[in-house]
Amino acid sequence: MYTFLLSKIEVGSHLYVNFSDTLHFHGETVFVSTLVVSLICLFLVLGTRDLNKVPGNSQNLLEVIYDLVKGIAIAQMGPSYYSQFLPFVATMFLFVLGSNVAGALVPWKLIEIPSGELAAPTNDINTTACLAILTSVAYFSAGLKIKGLGFFKRYIKPAVFFLPLNIIEDFSKPLSLNFRLFGNVVADELTVTVVCTLVPLIIPLPIMMLGLFASCLQALIFATLAAAYIGEVIE
Amino acid sequence: MVDSIVSAASVIAAAIAVGFAGIGPGIGQGNAAGMAVEGIARQPEAEGKIRGTLLLSLAFMEALTIYGLVVALSVLFANPFVG
Repeated sequence: MYTFLLSKIEVGSHLYVNFSDTLHFHGETVFVSTLVVSLICLFLVLGTRDLNKVPGNSQNLLEVIYDLVKGIAIAQMGPSYYSQFLPFVATMFLFVLGSNVAGALVPWKLIEIPSGELAAPTNDINTTACLAILTSVAYFSAGLKIKGLGFFKRYIKPAVFFLPLNIIEDFSKPLSLNFRLFGNVVADELTVTVVCTLVPLIIPLPIMMLGLFASCLQALIFATLAAAYIGEVIE
Repeated sequence: MVDSIVSAASVIAAAIAVGFAGIGPGIGQGNAAGMAVEGIARQPEAEGKIRGTLLLSLAFMEALTIYGLVVALSVLFANPFVG
């Protein structure tokens, strides 16, 4: 019906790729995230192949990204521990940034698929849940690795009766990470779509710019929070 | 019959969720932005730092509204009470 729209108003409809009776994939999410990951890998490998003292274009960009992520990690975890967890934080940052920007910049509607639509991988709540659970696993293993069994002492801090609250916090952290990222990406897309149905030309552009900005900001926030959660347990 | 009542209630619930979730963060973001402007006016050389912190904290407040939106979306598109 709305052929001029760049995306449809639909949440939760996916292109199911059946692998077996019990196992199926969300085809469009897997496709776009694989694309994003391979593009990022390609860019990183090609950009760091020959490093010069006077950096060229891609090396400049990579150095800016490295400085940014390193700044986040140092600010949250302190200078003595950050280097072990820098790869994790950087991976989270790059993947979230790449998928958000891929969803905001590429006109996926031009490619027709049978059901669902190609969009940012973070548009699917399963992707963000996976990222959030990975963060959980990362801070548990970081705590166990650095503090050993003393890690569990933090559950009875500052007093013993804080135990249930501290346990609930372990569940609410990934939940809020998950909903924050998913909600922001979907909210951006919905806003753009609704404005597009009202006025299809020019007017949605500032909102698209805002969406792009918010996408980058969400990547920064996700990385900051992941680093902060890790820093909290190892301090 | 029951289904239509559930649908109507879901639509109203979605509207209320988004509407009320907007109030608190709105006040909070207004406060934060006002304080930031005050800080910049007092100390214009600290503008860059203040802007970075402001954006980060605005995004955290935004998350609260987004929780309301997620609840509204799940009520509209993935309603557990229908069918």
